[in-house]
Amino acid sequence: MYISQLSLTSFRSYAQADVHLVPGINVLVGPNGVGKTNIVESIGYLANLASHRVSNDAPLLNFGAERALIRGTLHRGNQQTQLEVEITSGKINRARINRANPVRAREILGMVRTVLFAPEDLALIKGDPSNRRRFLDELLVTLRPVEAGTKNDYERIVKQRNALLKSIRGKSKPTTSQENTLQAWDLQLAACGARLIRGRLNVLSLLRPYMQAAYADLADGAKEASAVYRSSLEGEVDDASLPARDLETLGQEEIQELLLTAIEANRSRELDRGISLFGPHRDDLVLTLGAAPAKGYASHGETWSFALSLRLAAYRVFGDDDPRPGSGPILILDDVFAELDATRRNRLAHIVAGAEQVLVTAAVVEDVPEALKGHFFQVSPGQVVDA
Amino acid sequence: MYEGAVQELIDELGRLPGIGPKSAQRIAFHILDADAEDMTRLAASIQLVKEKVKFCEICFNISEQDTCAICRDERREGSMICIVEESKDVLAIERTRAFGGRYHVLGGSINPLAGVGPEQLHIRELVTRLADDSITELILATDPNLEGEATAVYLVRALAPLGIKITRLASGLPVGGDLEYADEVTLARAFEGRRVAGRAAAPQVAPQLPAPEPRTEVPARGKPEAGESTSDHPVDAQTQQRFVVPEMDDHRSATR
Repeated sequence: MYISQLSLTSFRSYAQADVHLVPGINVLVGPNGVGKTNIVESIGYLANLASHRVSNDAPLLNFGAERALIRGTLHRGNQQTQLEVEITSGKINRARINRANPVRAREILGMVRTVLFAPEDLALIKGDPSNRRRFLDELLVTLRPVEAGTKNDYERIVKQRNALLKSIRGKSKPTTSQENTLQAWDLQLAACGARLIRGRLNVLSLLRPYMQAAYADLADGAKEASAVYRSSLEGEVDDASLPARDLETLGQEEIQELLLTAIEANRSRELDRGISLFGPHRDDLVLTLGAAPAKGYASHGETWSFALSLRLAAYRVFGDDDPRPGSGPILILDDVFAELDATRRNRLAHIVAGAEQVLVTAAVVEDVPEALKGHFFQVSPGQVVDA
Repeated sequence: MYEGAVQELIDELGRLPGIGPKSAQRIAFHILDADAEDMTRLAASIQLVKEKVKFCEICFNISEQDTCAICRDERREGSMICIVEESKDVLAIERTRAFGGRYHVLGGSINPLAGVGPEQLHIRELVTRLADDSITELILATDPNLEGEATAVYLVRALAPLGIKITRLASGLPVGGDLEYADEVTLARAFEGRRVAGRAAAPQVAPQLPAPEPRTEVPARGKPEAGESTSDHPVDAQTQQRFVVPEMDDHRSATR
């Protein structure tokens, strides 16, 4: 797939910008701080309804503006779709598809598929677990948009349940009514949480072989990369009475049972802390290189290779999910080549050059590998012109 | 800012649900321009509502008397109680004319973030009502959102010991809509809650085959079999036709 017309209104540094992107390779060149990343960030927003740089929407609005618009023409196979997302500060975002009446922004999830490589990816390896959860969840939602609802519901269930735990906290023993109310939320958390965990595990099993192959390719196979889902349930339910079980082999209903068991067995601990201690919001994806965990032990180069492997694996997973020509994801390489050594740079360039659309940002043309010299755009403050 | 009375009116209107400062201002100026008699009537009706309308002592629906019109109506089926969150839900179900039983209005849903627990809802009064042996079915019609579901699960747990049949409204596709426009969650739910619409080939299609055994569990619609009289459970049969509530599957685990 590719995006041809991209139009931004009051988005980040742009009051108004229109960019005519081409299928194949697009290179955005300009000095630091002129707004190259803002362009690719807007395309990422069309795909995930979230920025890869900030966790809330406020910084996306042009300073002082009340709403921002991202419009793009998406080409998928022979299909052409007009997409529009309106970002409003403090309100629910709206989307319009083919200039129809506005709908919830969530409706456009899954239409645009992007894989973004950015310096922020280092946090996938070095950062806290939320980065890795987000990576899996974004991939899951793009592949199966219905899971966006699961994720929203789950987040709200945790909020509700934590509010309830806090309200009971400090009392010696919950009343029967409080216990029943808690159990009602336990069931919701277990059902929705198990669905989310199962979804993440499915995504992980698709990613794993590609991730390992990509790492071996980028790092010359010195060490083996592996990824294991670490659940908050670990060590809680696999005690003597319950045999150790590999979460990945379990179905959604079995995971739900395990979650419920863990929650019920740890009632007093949760009441002491006043927070929900079990569920996908406390899980992590443990990445290891050889025998050592990647976090803390991997070198800078290995960390980069690992991050790139995860993204490349996502690219392959999209390809398997929808192998029709014209349906492949848009690849975005935001300022990554300046950070990579010559070998990794050339290998990455070689792999991504075949994608249906690639967007590359770089401060200077010299940073862009030969294989990715495509259509150039010169970016200067507030505007983008063909170069 | 406007002078005294006008600003006060704008402020008061702005506190109503769904009315922002701009709308409040527009309504205030409409009131200023409008016929004094009309506005007096409006003011009087607001006052009257606050004076006269109270909640039914039995079901907590809105009423002008001690008990509401539905609870007073002798023709309503007393064996079924439909549990809803708000009075406006009663109105919504009444408009369907599909339900002939009585109601119980909880006054909200379990919402810890808003500080609403079971004690704040009319659940104790519901339990008292259920002491009456003639009640045989409870229909949970709380909203199909997280808080409504939690309330339904809570009620199942709290009321299960009473041994009364409890059903939950089905969720599925809106009638008269296009499948392609249904949102994914609704569509996925409709898939999960799908029903048997027919079994193996009917005899008319393949006359050379021996007639299949009559399947008593799925009688053909509109042609009840001769021996299968519905007279043992006239109430059940009637309600099946008028208000189809599938058995509750979603919360089977609730009473595990």
